[in-house]
Amino acid sequence: MSTIIERPGTQTPEGLNCVFEKPRAMSDKPFHYCPGCSHGTYHRLVGEMIDEFDLMSRTVGVCPVGCAVFAYEYFEFDMVEASHGRAPAVATGVKRCLPDRFVFTYQGDGDLASIGMAETIHAAARGENITVFFVNNGIFGMTGGQMAPTSLIGQKTTTSQAGRDPMLTGQPIKVCELLSSLDGVAYLARVPLSSPKNIKTCRKYMRNAVRCQLEGKGFALVEALSPCPVQWGMTPGDAIDYIDEKVVKVFPPGEFINKLND
Amino acid sequence: MDLCQINERVCKGCELCVKFCPQHALEMSEGRNSAGFHPAYLAHPDLCTGCALCAEMCPEAGIVVYRRQKARASQTQTG
Ligand SMILES: Cc1ncc(C[n+]2csc(CCOP(=O)(O)OP(=O)(O)O)c2C)c(N)n1
Ligand code: SF4
Ligand code: SF4
Ligand code: SF4
Repeated sequence: MSTIIERPGTQTPEGLNCVFEKPRAMSDKPFHYCPGCSHGTYHRLVGEMIDEFDLMSRTVGVCPVGCAVFAYEYFEFDMVEASHGRAPAVATGVKRCLPDRFVFTYQGDGDLASIGMAETIHAAARGENITVFFVNNGIFGMTGGQMAPTSLIGQKTTTSQAGRDPMLTGQPIKVCELLSSLDGVAYLARVPLSSPKNIKTCRKYMRNAVRCQLEGKGFALVEALSPCPVQWGMTPGDAIDYIDEKVVKVFPPGEFINKLND
Repeated sequence: MDLCQINERVCKGCELCVKFCPQHALEMSEGRNSAGFHPAYLAHPDLCTGCALCAEMCPEAGIVVYRRQKARASQTQTG
């Protein structure tokens, strides 16, 4: 079996270039997420942004309640833990007090679109100069797989055991579409984390969202369509395929708003 | 030395790297790591091109990839 090199930057062997490694903004602690969960992938992309824009010494992240509640364990910069759904309000306070800091929230769909919907909409409407990294896996992962506002019609969850019924619980909330009417929003994009190509696109969108804040443009949000293999009852591979086959039909990917050049 | 190095300590056996490796260079091992998962490993080092698509998909940030310096200096992480 191959040798273990955890921090390869300093150990790159002669004649080779390191083309992929764990970002320096991340700690060595292994993630507590289930096998195949994209929280780890999205964390890594956040870490890459902090490295790439050299923001390590002036970043404050805000953690959600949800499976990513321990996100602060995985990054080397400062993070605040918000109560459930309140991350955009906490980020508003941090950014207004310390405007030279890069301030972001990292939130699931239960956190951002259910209990925290008011905070999300009002932070966006105020045009707060913060960046939101939003993980939409269509379910409450942490608490045992209950239906979220973003669950698909027909999706079986522990609180919609025969499949989500629109007559009972309405249609899925599309966060990007919902926020796109607000003038305070500077950047909005959605992308599935379902292939290396889409992950590259996600990186591009995240760069734009970071730039928005650094250039003082206002509220920026990137929605990552992610698998929750355990609560969906699928293998990690099947969950990735399900995103491409089903989830993107309801949540179309793309850039919704980009005011970087305004 | 292998171009693709999997940190078997953090691997959770999700098989996404195996699924997305265009060269079919990776396989799952029979043995288990300390967490009880069957880790992925580079079964066919001769097939590996250092494309890093496996590392891009790994949810554990558990794969490090190198390329030979002679090879074209295109950087995967800036794409
Ligand atoms: C005030 C409050 N209400 C409810 C809960 C229970 N709770 C914890 S996590 C969660 C939902 C998390 O879902 P999501 O944001 O989608 O994150 P995921 O776990 O899927 O990553 C809920 C309802 C709580 N912790 N606090
Ligand atoms: S329950 Fe779902 S979201 Fe939570 S860690 Fe597991 S796979 Fe990820
Ligand atoms: S670097 Fe590319 S070729 Fe090598 S194992 Fe990973 S995906 Fe396969
Ligand atoms: S993608 Fe990562 S965690 Fe999943 S099997 Fe491959 S090395 Fe292990």
